[in-house]
Amino acid sequence: MAEAIQCEELTKRYAGPSPRNGGAPAPASPSSSGNGGPPSGPNSGPNSGEVLAVDRLNLEIKAGELFGLLGPNGAGKSTTIGMLTTRVIPTAGKALVAGIDVVAQPALARTRLAAVTQTNTLDRGLTVFDNLYFHGRYFGLPRAECRKRAGELLAHFGLEEKARARVEQLSGGLAQRVLIARALLHRPEVLFLDEPTSGLDPQSRLRLWEELTAINRAGQTIVLTTHYMEEAEQLCDRLAIVDHGRLLALDTPQGLKNAVHAERLLKLTLAACEEGRVVEAIEKVPGVVQAVCEGHTVHVQANGTPGLVGAVVAAVAQAGGELRDLSVSEPSLEAVFLKLTGKEYRA
Amino acid sequence: MTIGLTLRSQLKTTLALIERDLTVLWKDIVPFALRTAMQPALFSFIFAYVFPRIGQGIGGGHGAAGAAAFVTVLLPGLMANTMMFQGVTGVALPLVAEFSISREIEDRVMAPVPVQVVGLTKVISASIQAFVAGWLVVPAVWIATGGHAPMSWEHPVRLLTIMPLCALVGSALGLLLGTVISPRRINYLFALLLLPLTLLGCVYYPWVALHAIPWLQVLTLINPVVYMSEGLRAALAPGLPHMPLWAVYGLLVTALAVMLWIGLSKFKMRVLT
Repeated sequence: MAEAIQCEELTKRYAGPSPRNGGAPAPASPSSSGNGGPPSGPNSGPNSGEVLAVDRLNLEIKAGELFGLLGPNGAGKSTTIGMLTTRVIPTAGKALVAGIDVVAQPALARTRLAAVTQTNTLDRGLTVFDNLYFHGRYFGLPRAECRKRAGELLAHFGLEEKARARVEQLSGGLAQRVLIARALLHRPEVLFLDEPTSGLDPQSRLRLWEELTAINRAGQTIVLTTHYMEEAEQLCDRLAIVDHGRLLALDTPQGLKNAVHAERLLKLTLAACEEGRVVEAIEKVPGVVQAVCEGHTVHVQANGTPGLVGAVVAAVAQAGGELRDLSVSEPSLEAVFLKLTGKEYRA
Repeated sequence: MTIGLTLRSQLKTTLALIERDLTVLWKDIVPFALRTAMQPALFSFIFAYVFPRIGQGIGGGHGAAGAAAFVTVLLPGLMANTMMFQGVTGVALPLVAEFSISREIEDRVMAPVPVQVVGLTKVISASIQAFVAGWLVVPAVWIATGGHAPMSWEHPVRLLTIMPLCALVGSALGLLLGTVISPRRINYLFALLLLPLTLLGCVYYPWVALHAIPWLQVLTLINPVVYMSEGLRAALAPGLPHMPLWAVYGLLVTALAVMLWIGLSKFKMRVLT
């Protein structure tokens, strides 16, 4: 399948910290070099106050993927999306969206992509329907086609009743759906969503997930940023975890969880309380960190070594224990995320 | 920069952007007309109707004759001033809001044209608005002065060139101010900029008459509204003394070019990081 996005050594360095606003994404918090000492963090530039928001990012996203960029605040997610959507000019490197160089041909690239930003950017001077209609007109679609597609998309997103409504009358969830419907009007090859569900109530969030999944199944390539773990895990085919402008890991959600050997918990229920031998045997299994007995139940804390569960079951049998029940709790993506990005608070 | 996009497709996008602005304007056409007509109507009512009749101030003592003479000076000035005011508020105020609060310009700057084109369409739409506003002054003044709106049709070419030029200069000034002034300081726009531009813009008096105060006559030359008022006077009241036409055209075209150039560069800087 064709590549929807290709980034080569994509880099953005800001001269100084810039305020966060939709089109001009916030760089990571600046960290300055100490006096003559080594740089205090990966974001330090040669000059104090310079911020390296995205650091030599290499990334390939295939057509049809639902791809997630996951990272804490200031990790460089929005700057990356900004560069890919022609709004932030890279300091170095190259990026192609649908085969078009976003730096050399930004206007042409905009015909192949659509961006939904974090804020409600609907045109307040126009009705919901006209927001979609004029969006199509900006992309040169004939009037009749704009009207037809606007009607179809509003119907698809369950917004027909709101077609004549003023934008100010929409709730956050509805506005977000209108934004996505508008973005799809000119049939972009890649749809970018910057934290699409932030600020939405749980119902709206679920509904949006369903809709994104549905349009992705219909063939739409989607790239989204998020810092919600469940969102990344539920929606994305592949995830890139970024921090301090760097790509830390890139895999499927399951692959990420397996790869970092994040902690998992096994709960074994035995026929009888056999603390001594069985627990000892389990603790000898490679990968097991700790086993604690509590009545008929043994709680096992282990890392992600392959074949671990089988080895534990075998060890119980060898020690003469009778296993009644076994449950394994998977490592959470959150554990993976925190392991990679640290627990330090980001403003 | 735009290889692969035809000129035709870019022109379509440009026209669609202007159509959007005019659609928004059309929805508010009545408030727009009232807002536009109010200031020139009240101004001409007080200065060209009330004052001559109560024997005070301009035209005082000359009665109806004084009033008619003053309206001849006043009408082109009020048209120029209204066009400047509409041009500035038609671009600067929406831009400041759209860049800072609502960010609703996002969808338009993602249109498949160089981003400066979006700024240029703002100027074009606002100058159409300003052009209409300029003509609205005529009936407003006519009604307010009890039937005086003296206009000469001797120089149609002057009128047909200077009116659009004034509308464009006002809107280009709006683009410049809207991209240069930070949103937090926009409330200074009226007191510190628009008011001096009006009062020192030869709106209520011909520039030649300022020869009595030479330093002021020289100082006003930096004000683009002076050339707008004087140009319209040359077109609509050619019997009155006015600035030479080369100065009017030369300065208006230069001001337009300089303000557009700076305004569009600033616009691009605002949109791209």
